[in-house]
Amino acid sequence: MSTTNTAAAEGTVDTGATSLLRFATAGSVDDGKSTLVGRLLHDSKSVLADQLEAVEHASRNRGQEAPDLALLTDGLRAEREQGITIDVAYRYFATPRRRFILADTPGHVQYTRNMVTGASTAELAVVLVDARNGVVEQTRRHAAVAALLRVPHVVLAVNKMDLVGYREAVFAAIAEEFTAYAGSLGVPEITAIPISALAGDNVVTPSATMDWYGGPTVLEHLETVPVVADPSDDPARFPVQYVIRPQTAEHPDYRGYAGQIASGVLRVGDVVTVLPSGRTSTIEGIDALGRSVDVAWAPQSVTLRLADDLDISRGDLIAPAGAAPVATQDIEATVCHVADRPLAVGQRVLLKHTTRTVKAIVKEIPSRLTLDDLSQHPAPGELAANDIGRIVVRTAAPLALDAYAESRRTGSFLLIDPADGTTLTAGMAGTAFAEAAADPAPESAADDEGWDF
Amino acid sequence: MTTVASIPEDLDNPYALSHLDALESEAVHIFREVAGEFERPVILFSGGKDSIVMLHLALKAFAPAPVPFALLHVDTGHNFPEVLAYRDRTVAEHGLRLHVASVQEFIDRGELRERPDGTRNPLQTVPLLDAIESNRFDAVFGGGRRDEEKARAKERVFSLRDEFGGWDPRRQRPELWQLYNGRHSPGEHVRVFPLSNWTELDVWQYIAREKIELPAIYYAHRREVFARNGMWLAPGEWGGPKDGERLELRQVRYRTVGDMSCTGAVESDADTIEAVIAEIAASRLTERGATRADDKLSEAAMEDRKREGYF
Repeated sequence: MSTTNTAAAEGTVDTGATSLLRFATAGSVDDGKSTLVGRLLHDSKSVLADQLEAVEHASRNRGQEAPDLALLTDGLRAEREQGITIDVAYRYFATPRRRFILADTPGHVQYTRNMVTGASTAELAVVLVDARNGVVEQTRRHAAVAALLRVPHVVLAVNKMDLVGYREAVFAAIAEEFTAYAGSLGVPEITAIPISALAGDNVVTPSATMDWYGGPTVLEHLETVPVVADPSDDPARFPVQYVIRPQTAEHPDYRGYAGQIASGVLRVGDVVTVLPSGRTSTIEGIDALGRSVDVAWAPQSVTLRLADDLDISRGDLIAPAGAAPVATQDIEATVCHVADRPLAVGQRVLLKHTTRTVKAIVKEIPSRLTLDDLSQHPAPGELAANDIGRIVVRTAAPLALDAYAESRRTGSFLLIDPADGTTLTAGMAGTAFAEAAADPAPESAADDEGWDF
Repeated sequence: MTTVASIPEDLDNPYALSHLDALESEAVHIFREVAGEFERPVILFSGGKDSIVMLHLALKAFAPAPVPFALLHVDTGHNFPEVLAYRDRTVAEHGLRLHVASVQEFIDRGELRERPDGTRNPLQTVPLLDAIESNRFDAVFGGGRRDEEKARAKERVFSLRDEFGGWDPRRQRPELWQLYNGRHSPGEHVRVFPLSNWTELDVWQYIAREKIELPAIYYAHRREVFARNGMWLAPGEWGGPKDGERLELRQVRYRTVGDMSCTGAVESDADTIEAVIAEIAASRLTERGATRADDKLSEAAMEDRKREGYF
């Protein structure tokens, strides 16, 4: 028996046509991050009664009077027992304007990898500072991670304004220092907001005590920041995930290349090159999950049909004939080492880039970087957990990489331990490589100077 | 009737994607990654709404070819008949292959013992791991969502399980960008959660948009139920009602569908998809808090079950 009410004709069902913003928060408990996150969830009515009841119950058990909103996100036994956050927690909330995915990451030094993980998919990062302390080492580290991961929007939330008398001068000095620092790292957009997460000033509702501030609240900013960069600015990149060949009576000759458009726009009739073979063809059809369309763009999952019968398989890249990346076996990159065992010069690894995994060897580790002050340590020999550094890798087969600055999705890769599959290192293809690639199309305005660590 | 949300300016952008489009493309990408990298994937299919949405996404991901995975149902033996009928109809309609791992058979063989409270949800782990091992499944799709529960909020999309099926939250691989690392040793397998980033409301909005048929019990209907632990449970051979528990006829629906012994109905008049969406949007309780006795066992009930190899 069908129970789907087919009378629910199109147009009468609220299927929630809102956009999606992925953002990350960085900061320590001391900065009031949990309070900020708790307030965003609570004031946007995303914490439900049974969750709040559970938090109140747990807080009482620990002898705390007020509900500890950190317990909303810290769910693992070890976290509850030790009162710390040990991992990235994903939280979900919605307002009538937008759906949000929040990657809530702990701010301690040893958890750089968690911040890097949270920032890797974020379109916006909220960096918290305590108004009494201003920009400290940890703030600089958070700004550096956001810059390194190319998070397009950064919010500086100057918290605990209530403890500095809500004074504009305090806020202005911190905002100026941070903006200058983050700007010098290449962060393209910075929005500073004075808040008190505890009192609720400028988190969801505008502050009644800071009339000198005319900007948006944190939530207003999250709701209105543009999430859709114009994909037509970027060259199209289509890593082939899977070849669809039904070979059925109904579809005897169908051959489609399934994948998610990593960047740019694809149109029927586009002349494309397939890498690494270098062969060209024309897009004959685009199947967009049940509909045949003339145009599709990142990050849509589609199936492409080409005019010519080429030998294409998983791991190949389809790109516009005039704007394809140059495949290379020598990769220079900035990396964050995420495994507990170190990464050493000479180590044999697997390199996973889009849908392709190849053997590789770590040729050099030219430098390690201290995130607090961006000082360089030449030739460290190896990288330990949470280290940021530069590496040079030689791959067994050519890879069609872009510079990470041009494309987060096709400029990123993982190094994997071939013995047990451990994820070792998160890599971002560096600018030296981008210069070597004679790519005429993307004349990026991105400031690469901030990258030359 | 729900109100139509006003469309924010950024959806005027010709390249805008609605949140459902974005979540759909992400889930399809995950299905295709698994198809490309694993030998023997399987979809956990209970006939509940999340597994139905998973199957719908898998069908779209590989069309016009058939889904290249089998289905696996871990059958507690306490099923809603409507859900079993739905399962069998769906399998026939799409020409799928269904494996059933039966809790009852393990109990009959003496390999599992009935719990005093009659709840069989925690008993599913052993038959599940047995089915994974004997069929040599290397990737197992689950419908778990991170918004469901605190321990699940820290789950990866690709979640490595050791040879005992166990989950160690402190030894998870960092998951960056959209690069999923599915490498595993023989005997290990990977649980894959394509709906990780979906919320209950997203699932329902997607069901409405895609006009996906669900088992009838998700919509309001008259049913004989009895109260236990603050929930409305349906009577059945599993052991209810007991002495002192009185059957009453109520207008109810189910927000989640699981083992009959621990899945409660909620009182509801929502008999259409629009009414269900309106009800969920206004609800002040999470779906697990409202309807799952198994999650009320302790503060870390889900984490403990996951560590043992549960879904």
